[in-house]
Amino acid sequence: MEEVRVLLRNVDRINPVSAVDYMNEGGYEGLKKSLWMSELDIIHEITESTLRGRGGAGFPTGIKLSHAHNARSKNKFVLCNADEGEPGTNKDRILLSKDPNSIFEGMAIAARAIGADKGYIYLRAEYPYIVPILEQALENAREAGCLGDNIFGSEFSFDIEIRPGGGAYVCGEESAMIESMEGKRGEPRFRPPYPTVQGLFQEPTAVFNVETLANIGPIMYRGADWYKTMGTKKSHGTKLYTISGNVRNKGVYEYEVGVNLKDLIYEAGGGIPDGRKLLAVQTGGTAGAIINKHQINMPMDPAYVADSGGSMGAGDVLVIDNTNDIVDILDNVLSFFVHESCGKCTPCREGSMRLYQLASGIIDGTTTSEGMENIRELCETMRLASLCGLGQSVPIPVLSCLDNFREIFDEYIVRNEKNKKIAAGGAK
Amino acid sequence: MVQIVIDGQETEVEVGTTILEAAKKVGVKIPTLCHHPDQAVKANCRICVVEIEGQKLLQPSCSFPVWEGMVVRTNTPKVQRVRSNVLELILAHHAQECLFCSRNGNCELQEVTQDMHFTREVRYTNETRHGKDESSPSVVRDTNKCILCGRCSYVCDKIQSVGALCKEGRGFSTKLSSAYGKDLADSTCTNCGQCIQACPVGALTIHDDTEHVYEAMEAGKHVIAQVAPAVRITIAEALGENPGTVNKGRLVTAMKRVGFDKVFDTDFSADLTIMEEGHELLNRLQNGGTLPMVTSCCPAWIKFCETSFPEELPHLSTCKSPQQMFGALLKTWYPERSGVYPKDIYSVSIMPCTAKKFECVRPEMNSSGYQDVDKVITVQELANMICAAGINFADLPETEFDSPFGLGTGAGEIFGATGGVMEAALRTVYEVVTGEELEDVDFNAVRGFEGIKEASVDLKGIEVKVAIAHGLGNARKLMNAVKAGEADYHFIEVMACPGGCIGGGGNPIKNWKKMEKRLEGVYAEDKKLPIRKSHENPYIQKIYNDFLGEPLGEQSHKLLHTTYIDRSDIFKS
Ligand SMILES: Cc1cc2nc3c(=O)[nH]c(=O)nc-3n(C[C@H](O)[C@H](O)[C@H](O)COP(=O)(O)O)c2cc1C
Ligand code: SF4
Ligand code: SF4
Ligand code: SF4
Ligand code: SF4
Repeated sequence: MEEVRVLLRNVDRINPVSAVDYMNEGGYEGLKKSLWMSELDIIHEITESTLRGRGGAGFPTGIKLSHAHNARSKNKFVLCNADEGEPGTNKDRILLSKDPNSIFEGMAIAARAIGADKGYIYLRAEYPYIVPILEQALENAREAGCLGDNIFGSEFSFDIEIRPGGGAYVCGEESAMIESMEGKRGEPRFRPPYPTVQGLFQEPTAVFNVETLANIGPIMYRGADWYKTMGTKKSHGTKLYTISGNVRNKGVYEYEVGVNLKDLIYEAGGGIPDGRKLLAVQTGGTAGAIINKHQINMPMDPAYVADSGGSMGAGDVLVIDNTNDIVDILDNVLSFFVHESCGKCTPCREGSMRLYQLASGIIDGTTTSEGMENIRELCETMRLASLCGLGQSVPIPVLSCLDNFREIFDEYIVRNEKNKKIAAGGAK
Repeated sequence: MVQIVIDGQETEVEVGTTILEAAKKVGVKIPTLCHHPDQAVKANCRICVVEIEGQKLLQPSCSFPVWEGMVVRTNTPKVQRVRSNVLELILAHHAQECLFCSRNGNCELQEVTQDMHFTREVRYTNETRHGKDESSPSVVRDTNKCILCGRCSYVCDKIQSVGALCKEGRGFSTKLSSAYGKDLADSTCTNCGQCIQACPVGALTIHDDTEHVYEAMEAGKHVIAQVAPAVRITIAEALGENPGTVNKGRLVTAMKRVGFDKVFDTDFSADLTIMEEGHELLNRLQNGGTLPMVTSCCPAWIKFCETSFPEELPHLSTCKSPQQMFGALLKTWYPERSGVYPKDIYSVSIMPCTAKKFECVRPEMNSSGYQDVDKVITVQELANMICAAGINFADLPETEFDSPFGLGTGAGEIFGATGGVMEAALRTVYEVVTGEELEDVDFNAVRGFEGIKEASVDLKGIEVKVAIAHGLGNARKLMNAVKAGEADYHFIEVMACPGGCIGGGGNPIKNWKKMEKRLEGVYAEDKKLPIRKSHENPYIQKIYNDFLGEPLGEQSHKLLHTTYIDRSDIFKS
């Protein structure tokens, strides 16, 4: 398994704030090329590359661009989602702090493709130290003619501003992010209308994850055909994987899309230390599926992972060893959602807490098979009726956990029911 | 137009129609809670979800627009199971106190629970939110009953531009709170009660003062009441009759039976207001006073102005509201005539308005040496008193208002609708200035529900430009123009409640459809009256002769005019 360096090519190799350094490594060539292309040709190239969003939902980037392009308005926006709220994830932080020009370039190309002249980077509240780096890099890029009025002497003008994040996990959800940028409470909006039609200040807005944007420059520079030489049949390019939890080498790694999860854990991650054994892996962040040790021989291909009931999310791999109890893991996941639910819609606001209470009851002894049935029903309701991706995906870790560790949960439930019977008998 | 299929029924609707609207068209009622016909869509309660062919998730019908060929199912077992689970989650986090809740029988949550035939046990432990805020004299907030639909904050923010209510906290501990977590009484709340009108449940209700009235009756006080113009428009509706059913005679009978010793008509002091305010306007026009002059009969507007436009206070007419003018007379002139000591009088105002509850306790409102008005009772509270007294309102004989304050004019009658004060004032000012009789008393330009109305009236060579705003958001727009020196009006009417007093927070729960009916009632009533101009009211002429002297005179100044204070420090801290 070989690491590739497409997105991380400049990391620790150039001065991150220097546009000149970036250009010496072939940077801004993709933007220059797109300046002479038609909007539709740019979108075509990106669509051809099959690039999908790296922020979690995996939406095809070319289609998003084309929706924003088709929306009619003089004011359009390109937003960079740098909220990176997933605990344990820091791939976007690395790109932001070590190669910001690659993000600016992606934003400028996207702006050129949809007809926007203004972009914002919505930066996670916990990353204030990156602000001066970004500010300096922006200043230098403007000076070098890569941003601002008449970029590289062309007709095209585009500039970028930084906006501080609202601090909540849900502010990474694109419409909540837009609300937060408008100075409101960070709550998701219902859809339709989609942000590409009515986004920031009700204007057409295309929102992209940091990593997605970093792909765009190389695709435009080297072409979709080159891009498609990497990856699997269905999904192409490279991906940043954040490996965390009980592994020797925690960190961010770049591999081709489709790398095997097992290899990620044991080769890149260096396996589990201190002679412990693997219990479970959660891929795709807190809202991702929890799988058992027999399921890890699996390609990290969004299409494949989706078939297995999970999602690749932003490429997170959380390794959990056998000193943990799976019931505690479930408890932790749910307490995260109880804390992060924004409270706007009923199923998630109320449902997260009730799920948490029922899950805690598995350990406390109050949850019986009726309670387990209740959990499943509640999961269905949250998935089908919640307003945003947060509430809709809470069932993913919960149900995968119950299914993939069925015996363990069954044991608890048998115990709980037995104790309940004894208690009832004692009362007589 | 697009063709769609809902529950097997084919239909054709406009592009952009929501599934909820389309379903209504084919006779399918989908339950809703956060939806309000007069508000923007919120889609947060999720009780209205439906199945759309080809979509993996259920979608809220209130927000989802139809498209050509869409196939919708609103009542599959899956849809019903999900809805019932959503409802269960709401009920589990709600104080289930229907039996002694003021919205019992008139609650959207009850209705939805009933319509969905939710009769099973709630599987979760019942939890409640964060208690009650009873600090305000007008509005009671019971967060334990709040279902976080956001309808109140929408009105307060988007329609009233006050923003006194907002969400606080996240997830399960989210609550609706007054801004900065202050008590409502210490906030920018104007007491307009529009949030009460918007709330689907018993989480925002009128501060109930009926107990005090019963106590006064029991203590043998001389309990007298004045009844505002809008009350005759909405009381029958509050007691189950159709919106727009106007009735005075049965109202007076019912009040007598409830135990009021005298029942007077606030129309009378509305006429008095016109005399004072009309002369004040003329005085300002002729002597270079501050213009535009802005009406002052709405106490929610007054507090709003004191809070948000303190520098513009000189624009406000110094006239008290009709209720407070009447209040002052009821403890000065009335005792002289009736022989009852002011201290033995308990003066109650029956109002469509929650803000009047605040107004009557303002320290300025003590011209008689006593608190001029002891209690304000809203239409809803009066309806409850009538009900509780076992009176069958529908079958009552009619009784006239008590004199000497018995007679009001059509001018007073229309005070209840937006534009009414302006129209009443114009009817009088025209004749006073021109000395000629006004032939057509109907000023149609100032009528209707448009947010800001403008008109100009030719007073024989003097052009008077007027503007009318209803809803505080519209008032804010006008006042910003005044502040910026961009408004060349002479006279502005402001009513805090959308539609005017017939849309007041103390009325039965409204929507614009009902408001149309109420408005028709107002103008029909005006038309019926023999006298339609305030200055022609013989009783008004008499009270000036006998007691007050002349408009803006010394006695008037003492009893009928008031002062304002700067409340902008509410915004600090
Ligand atoms: C609860 C929630 C949190 C999210 N957080 C992030 C985030 O931190 N960063 C991000 O890029 N996308 C996040 N997303 C996804 C965004 O809504 C959006 O899909 C993404 O920014 C689009 O960019 P992409 O197409 O390039 O992935 C989140 C989504 C949800 C539902
Ligand atoms: S699903 Fe959760 S996070 Fe999303 S809008 Fe609803 S309450 Fe907020
Ligand atoms: S708000 Fe409605 S459901 Fe709740 S206690 Fe009152 S009447 Fe019952
Ligand atoms: S009474 Fe009026 S101002 Fe006060 S909170 Fe309600 S809507 Fe807002
Ligand atoms: S107080 Fe009433 S209107 Fe306001 S959010 Fe709660 S339930 Fe809705």
